[in-house]
Amino acid sequence: MQKHNRSVMTLVALFAMITMVLSACDNNSTSSNATTSNTPAAAKTPAAANTPAAANTQAASNSNGSAATGKLEMFSWWTTGGESAGLKAMYKLYSKDRPNVEIVNQAVAGAAGSDAKAVLKSRMLGGDPPDSFQVHMGHELLDGYVAAGQVEPLDELYKSEGFDKAFPQGVLDIVSGNGHYWSVPVNIHRANVLWYNKKVFTDNGLTAPVTFDDFFKAADVLKAKGITPLALGDKVPFASAHLFETVLVGTLGAEAYKGLWDGKTKWDGPQVTQALNNFKKMLGYINSDHAALTWDQANDMLIAGKAGMTIMGDWVDADYKAKAFTDYGWTTSPGTKGLYDALSDTFALPKGAKNKENALAWLKLAGSQAGQDAFNPLKGSIPARIDAGKGDYDAYLLSAIADWKKDTIVPSVVHGAAAKDGWATAYTDSVNSFVTSLDVDKTQKALVQAAADNMTSK
Amino acid sequence: MEATSSVQASPQLGRRRFNFDRVIAIALIAPSLLAIAVFVYFFIAQTAYVSLVRWNDLLPDYTFVGLRNYDKLFQIERFQADMSNTLKFTVVFIFICLAVGLLLANLLDQKIKGEAIFRNIFMFPLAISFIVTGVAWRWLLTPSSGVNLIGSAIGIVDMKNPPGWFTDPKIGILAVAIAAVWQTSGYVMAMYLAGLRSIPDEIKEAARIDGATEWQLFRQITLPLLQPITLSAVIILGHISLKIFDLTKSMTGPGAGFSTDVPALFMFETTFSGSHFSQGAAIAMVLLVVVSVLIIPYLIYNFRSEVRS
Repeated sequence: MQKHNRSVMTLVALFAMITMVLSACDNNSTSSNATTSNTPAAAKTPAAANTPAAANTQAASNSNGSAATGKLEMFSWWTTGGESAGLKAMYKLYSKDRPNVEIVNQAVAGAAGSDAKAVLKSRMLGGDPPDSFQVHMGHELLDGYVAAGQVEPLDELYKSEGFDKAFPQGVLDIVSGNGHYWSVPVNIHRANVLWYNKKVFTDNGLTAPVTFDDFFKAADVLKAKGITPLALGDKVPFASAHLFETVLVGTLGAEAYKGLWDGKTKWDGPQVTQALNNFKKMLGYINSDHAALTWDQANDMLIAGKAGMTIMGDWVDADYKAKAFTDYGWTTSPGTKGLYDALSDTFALPKGAKNKENALAWLKLAGSQAGQDAFNPLKGSIPARIDAGKGDYDAYLLSAIADWKKDTIVPSVVHGAAAKDGWATAYTDSVNSFVTSLDVDKTQKALVQAAADNMTSK
Repeated sequence: MEATSSVQASPQLGRRRFNFDRVIAIALIAPSLLAIAVFVYFFIAQTAYVSLVRWNDLLPDYTFVGLRNYDKLFQIERFQADMSNTLKFTVVFIFICLAVGLLLANLLDQKIKGEAIFRNIFMFPLAISFIVTGVAWRWLLTPSSGVNLIGSAIGIVDMKNPPGWFTDPKIGILAVAIAAVWQTSGYVMAMYLAGLRSIPDEIKEAARIDGATEWQLFRQITLPLLQPITLSAVIILGHISLKIFDLTKSMTGPGAGFSTDVPALFMFETTFSGSHFSQGAAIAMVLLVVVSVLIIPYLIYNFRSEVRS
């Protein structure tokens, strides 16, 4: 009897399980039905919408934008302050033109975009790309998603919108690869800027340093007064890697620095040793709690007058503006006068974007004069277009726009322009070890190894 | 043994059980078995395979390179720092957790008033995720705030030259261990408390009658009887500490000179920021081996004692 009962129970359990499996299958089949019925529709929409859009472009009319519907999923790492304000200003322009398109702002926080890039990578490799995404111009894109065949070339857009004439040749060279254009640059940032607190400098009779010698002299004066000479916040290690990058540029000069990334300059040469020694000396002047701070918290030290200088990209300008601090001066980082260590945020179009037509309209806006002049004053960067730059730009940005036209441009490594991300992370790791070990020999060997592992033969 | 004897006793029944119950049992267990086979073991195998090829770029490259990824990995300064950090963290974390847990459990076992309240207070941190713990302890241990401010208010910390906690490359990972101890020692306490309650009073009474002091009682009776609990706690804490990721990610990041870096964090960054998929897979396999060294003897021990009983 007991035996019989057990069998009945098992049967009931089995039956329940089969029902569940079946109902799961049923769910699956309905949902897969839904997707299959969706796919032709989705395929139809861009195809149908594409042709009028293309016709639109030629007619240079904006009025048909109101007919566009659907979504625009925009992926970026702009989540704070001026960055997100600039992005929203562009969204506003976009919505004016296409009021019925729902903008999905996929912004992932994390300094220098390292977390966002990880999220993007898993989405791209997993076959679920956003409609457009933020990516640094240069090798980060070219050796990454372009090499992997996951983004669309934008040659037609460049031609129809006249981008190929609007951007300077230096930028066109960096955004193109294999004879195609791959992304639309919205801004230019400068990495090699030294910021200083004006009051601290006048109180101590200092002037803005130009060479490494000037820098160390000024730093000694401040140190004697008990003021931290150089504020650094490398809780996110990109900050120390960024500092070393400016030291490399300042020590090697433009040609030798560029040669590091294409094999013409040897990483085991005496110039790199010299750069590491300069860097080591600089690290003697930083705040002791640098590992607890982020770059913007290091800025707070400068704002409070606890520190005299900091070396960081020109997004610092927007940070000061957001914190209502005006008493700051700037100059090029030591040894880099006349050089523009550049990085650029660009937007690319992934293959298989669900709302391709909306994404193309976004790229069009990002590359336009109106879009760039809406975005850049808020973000604290300069426009990539030659003809843009009329707008609410502050004194720093105006000086940067002037420098951009005459300086020699070198690509930033920490911010994706000079080398692919695998090389950039290996480089950053080596520098981060150096910050505490201060072992020139060991670090140089690690940098040589990183170059050997990641140099692309192209 | 049991099966053969039952077959001898009534072959017919044994056969029916095999035909019917066994089939159903297997049918019931098959889906989850299949899911585990695919989603756990297949992917472990896949990771092992990826760690042996040259996929250190966005595009997969399945050229077989043998153990070269491992060879390179162990030469990387960051990974060397990771391994020594893991060792320091594990030792400090397990030791302090056991000590604090045992102490709290013994204090709570004194039949005090409001024991349930205290028990809940000590257990409470366990309900929080490591991410939250990390953020809170980052604030507490940032040199210019938190603990140091309290210290300076009562005059034991000099704010001009405060302790650096996790920003000090020499002790960085130990500051992270403090946060982990805060979160987990309550759990160890609960385990020990259960252990203490399961020790029969008769044994203690007998020892007392034999004239044992309370300390002797603790050393000779309580501690040996808590040994299985200690072993379980070491295993549980050990695998938490070897796999730790979320706490360091939210609290400190890799830290200056990788003083607070751990292998899992390196694995995540090199894989998803650096596109070094094979290198990431190699780190995963190293972690798997290290955790196995800890877990497998425990599983064997458990299995044997189950068979024995």
